[in-house]
Amino acid sequence: MAEELILLDFWPSMFGIRVRIALAEKGLKYEYRDEDLKNKSPLLLQMNPVHKKIPVLIHNGKPICESAIIVEYIDEVWHDKSPLLPSDPYQRSQARFWVDFIDKKLYDTGRRTWTTTGEEQETAMKEFIEILKLLEEQLGDKAFFGGDTLGIVDVSLIGYTCWFYSYETLGNFNIGAECPKIIGWAERCSNNESVSKTLPDSKKVFGFVQELRKKFGLE
Amino acid sequence: MEQTKLLGAWPSPFCYRVIWALELKEVDYEYLEENLQNKSDLLLRYNPVHKQVPVLLHGGKPIAESTVILEYIEETWPQNPLLPNDPYERALARFWTKFAEDKSHTFFAYFHTVGEEQAKATEEAKELLKILEEQSLGEKKFFGGDKIGLTDIAFGWIAGWLGAMEEAVGVKLLEQEIFPGLQTWIQNFKEVPAIKANLPDHSELLAYFRSLRNIFIASAKI
Repeated sequence: MAEELILLDFWPSMFGIRVRIALAEKGLKYEYRDEDLKNKSPLLLQMNPVHKKIPVLIHNGKPICESAIIVEYIDEVWHDKSPLLPSDPYQRSQARFWVDFIDKKLYDTGRRTWTTTGEEQETAMKEFIEILKLLEEQLGDKAFFGGDTLGIVDVSLIGYTCWFYSYETLGNFNIGAECPKIIGWAERCSNNESVSKTLPDSKKVFGFVQELRKKFGLE
Repeated sequence: MEQTKLLGAWPSPFCYRVIWALELKEVDYEYLEENLQNKSDLLLRYNPVHKQVPVLLHGGKPIAESTVILEYIEETWPQNPLLPNDPYERALARFWTKFAEDKSHTFFAYFHTVGEEQAKATEEAKELLKILEEQSLGEKKFFGGDKIGLTDIAFGWIAGWLGAMEEAVGVKLLEQEIFPGLQTWIQNFKEVPAIKANLPDHSELLAYFRSLRNIFIASAKI
């Protein structure tokens, strides 16, 4: 049977980017649909009634929601190419731990660097750097979190890097100066076509963030 | 054979999740009770990132975060599987397990707040329970289907802890008439032998929640 894959997504979403990269790593063809989050499609509301959020991967008509779960699903179904999780259960648990860590810590802290001001913003920037430094420690001397090739942790984190320019400009801090290893890692990731062809341009993301800030009355 | 140890703290439902998984798979393990007011060097060494329980030690190697531990247990001890074989069904089980994690703050608010804030949290909590009853459990005996699975374990706190919480707070969430499915599920869940033998004592739990609740009420008045 021909596989039908539809991805409901939103172009700057670091969560949607994970799924796009995973699909690219597996060499899969799919239909990409960009959602207007102010006017969500009936399909999105039908396929993710619980959260009404992107990304949603629809595989032969059946929806899978939550980006980390979608990536594991893709890795399980198309397991014969570019594995994103190691085979050893202990290594798998460590990869899942760090994906969970990224999900628990990075989004909220990153968001606070451009939605708050003053002391709150200072704290957010400091915390953001601390989180990245912990991840740098985890990376160690490896080329990627997954070792020699991209793994689930790399795929989960890389989508944030196109937001760095926005965080830095609006927060007035320099992520590269504080976390050079992360920048080096991001450059290595971009040598993979699955990443370079997926990551939106940082300046384009910044334009989007500026629009959001105007809407929130932050400008 | 490698040694298995679990660092936990009564009455954490996150720790019980791990206990249930190990018991359901009949894995031998040693349980070590932590004092969270005075964390052991062992805990700080094996979970330096979060410094929390539960932590599973297998052959001396630590795994932290209850849902990560559950997936590890499932892969290491495949007997009495907690996840289905089909990738789509697995994704669904993981979706609801994540729902349990992401929404726990609403139930936390229901227990930790007073007045208007609590009324709002109560309404939100009831909506979440409705989603569970209608969209997750449906007509099934367990969230996992015919047998107990990962999602049942993730929601186990509803079976063993929610009743005592409701008594301590004085506000009922799981009314029989509104949630007949979840009420039946609670009975079925508690009848599973590995669960039945590993639930916190109700009166001890109630005393614990009552004293916590008094602290929150007192601090809300300040």
